[in-house]
Amino acid sequence: MKYKSQKVAYWFFALSMLLLSLQIVYGFIMGFAHMGYDNLHSIIPFNTARAVHTNLLVVWLLSGFMGAAYYIIPEEAEKELVSVKLAYIQLITLALVGVVAIVGYHFNYWEGRKFLEIPRPLDWLVVANVLTFLGIIIMTLAKGKKRTTTSLVLTMGLVFAALLYLPGMIWFDNQTMDSFFRWWVVHLWVEGVWELIMGGILAFLLIKITGVDREVIEKWLYVIVGLTFISGILGTGHHYYYIGVGKIWLIVGGIFSALEPLAFLAMALFAIAMYRKGEKKHPNKMALSWTLGTAIVSFVGAGLLGLAHTFPAVNMYTHGTLVTAMHGHLAFWGAYAMIVFAFISYSMPNLTGRKMYETTSGLLAFWLSNIGMIGMTAAFGVAGVAQVYLERKVGLEFGEVQKEIEVHFFILVSCATLFTTGIGFFIYEFIKYGRPNDEALIANQE
Amino acid sequence: MLSKSQAKVFFLGGTMLSFAVFLGMSWNSMSKEVPKQTHEENLTAQVINGKKIWEANNCMGCHTILGEGAYYAPELTKVYDRRGEGYIKAALMSKTPWSPRGRKMVAYAMTEQEANDVVAFLKWVGEMDLNGFPAKPDLKK
Ligand code: HEM
Ligand code: HEM
Ligand SMILES: [Fe+2]
Repeated sequence: MKYKSQKVAYWFFALSMLLLSLQIVYGFIMGFAHMGYDNLHSIIPFNTARAVHTNLLVVWLLSGFMGAAYYIIPEEAEKELVSVKLAYIQLITLALVGVVAIVGYHFNYWEGRKFLEIPRPLDWLVVANVLTFLGIIIMTLAKGKKRTTTSLVLTMGLVFAALLYLPGMIWFDNQTMDSFFRWWVVHLWVEGVWELIMGGILAFLLIKITGVDREVIEKWLYVIVGLTFISGILGTGHHYYYIGVGKIWLIVGGIFSALEPLAFLAMALFAIAMYRKGEKKHPNKMALSWTLGTAIVSFVGAGLLGLAHTFPAVNMYTHGTLVTAMHGHLAFWGAYAMIVFAFISYSMPNLTGRKMYETTSGLLAFWLSNIGMIGMTAAFGVAGVAQVYLERKVGLEFGEVQKEIEVHFFILVSCATLFTTGIGFFIYEFIKYGRPNDEALIANQE
Repeated sequence: MLSKSQAKVFFLGGTMLSFAVFLGMSWNSMSKEVPKQTHEENLTAQVINGKKIWEANNCMGCHTILGEGAYYAPELTKVYDRRGEGYIKAALMSKTPWSPRGRKMVAYAMTEQEANDVVAFLKWVGEMDLNGFPAKPDLKK
């Protein structure tokens, strides 16, 4: 760590870990409900559990991205954050808005639109919070000595993510319009601007870990984010096949979304190539594993498993089934959870001065969580394919089919237990690192 | 070989071009396709109120509609055709959790009028032209 203000990142990561733990609890509630044990229904009905599970996911990922940005920007711009105090206020208000929203979901206080359940009044607080965050980042960049491509791509991703939140706040009478603009948020986030954030963080990590020349890394960064937008923007069409808009989207959405995996493939090849090319072998093995891991697993989860149901003829049958949940889990895990984990693993030794580069619990965290998540993906996949076949091809009743596939949720919950054990080890490591401190301030430490 | 500034042009140019095409296509969908395919002329105050109730209770947190939502409870796009008005109203007005085949629905205990509004909403959704979704089960004997 080179700048004192980078320490604020630690608290965003701590918030991330806390919310992730809660997210998992609600995941189990839903896993059991699918298995036939919906015993908490009178206190936490399924729709509450689901809204909490997915919203906590988004908030902990955003908190992770914000922490990463607060760490990266000072180092790239060569300037302390303009206001550390404001950054702490922003952290606390983020946590507060999150908690109020989550509590509200238990009392029927929400807006029933998948992923965008936060009620309108709280949306405005989110907007104010994110503006504060962006203000700090942009002012720091503006006053800094340098404006690197890495920091610009990262900042661009964050700014666009904020702008794209707005279409989700418009009220429409027509369900189709509602859905149309819900995708401007959901799709253009995960298959657009969040990839810029991921790309920016990945580039920073590769520069630090592999020691490859910045110019080379940043050139490929432009190529990757170029591929992302060229495929991903028109790729939004893969959500417009069957919602009440024209058939033109079947063609445009089909073609461009089928190109989206290229951006993830490029990201994977890029990370591996830079690792091979790098002369410097950074001792932080955990950071390296998570960095290469995120590049590869995102290609599988988002790229390949996305491709599996993106063609209109397939999507006609899989649309809105457990097949979607299969893809959703490995995609979010590989692309966004793992990049946050990679960044935490990289930054913690620098923030705290404790060099736990390759520990047993660190290795267990990596392998158990990944194997568990891949098992969960398989369980969702088997359940999903069976559902599609029995319900949509053979024409059995929804409820009958769900009874048939309950057993796969036993496998899901078992794999989720493995996954959770891995996360437990990661959080244990996180706690063992201790607090960030000024002794860790060493000018040439990377 | 590709230089960094060429890569930057690829990124910025590609993004702006794609976004321009996307905006154009979106405009076309909103102004021409949506009114026709969703029969906007039938979007009555009652249907809109039904949508409000639908959202206020986060029905999408268990069900899917237009294939979007959760996978705990049945797809409802065509429920009006499948079950008819009486069945739907019974589920919405029930004072004890509706629980067919083990899956539990919240007991909303809606008034007759609220239930009618939601039914109107579901009926309107069911009449949309969805390019063939949901597909007919083609292996059904
Ligand atoms: C990291 C990137 C990605 C993430 C986090 C992600 C996540 C998700 C999630 C959560 C959904 C469900 C959304 C909802 O119903 O509201 C979804 C749907 C979908 N995704 Fe992705 N995705 C990613 C990338 C991709 C890519 C690259 C493709 C295509 C090649 C793809 C294809 C699809 C399709 C076709 C659906 C619609 C499924 C349906 O009709 O039910 N995704 N994705
Ligand atoms: C213990 C671990 C977990 C369990 C048991 C679990 C289980 C579930 C279940 C049962 C659903 C609801 C599917 C439905 O609507 O019927 C769900 C939704 C979802 N979960 Fe998890 N989950 C876990 C962890 C995670 C993690 C770590 C992530 C992200 C990295 C995640 C991301 C999601 C997403 C994006 C959805 C929405 C999917 C969609 O709508 O297609 N979950 N989860
Ligand atoms: Fe998408």
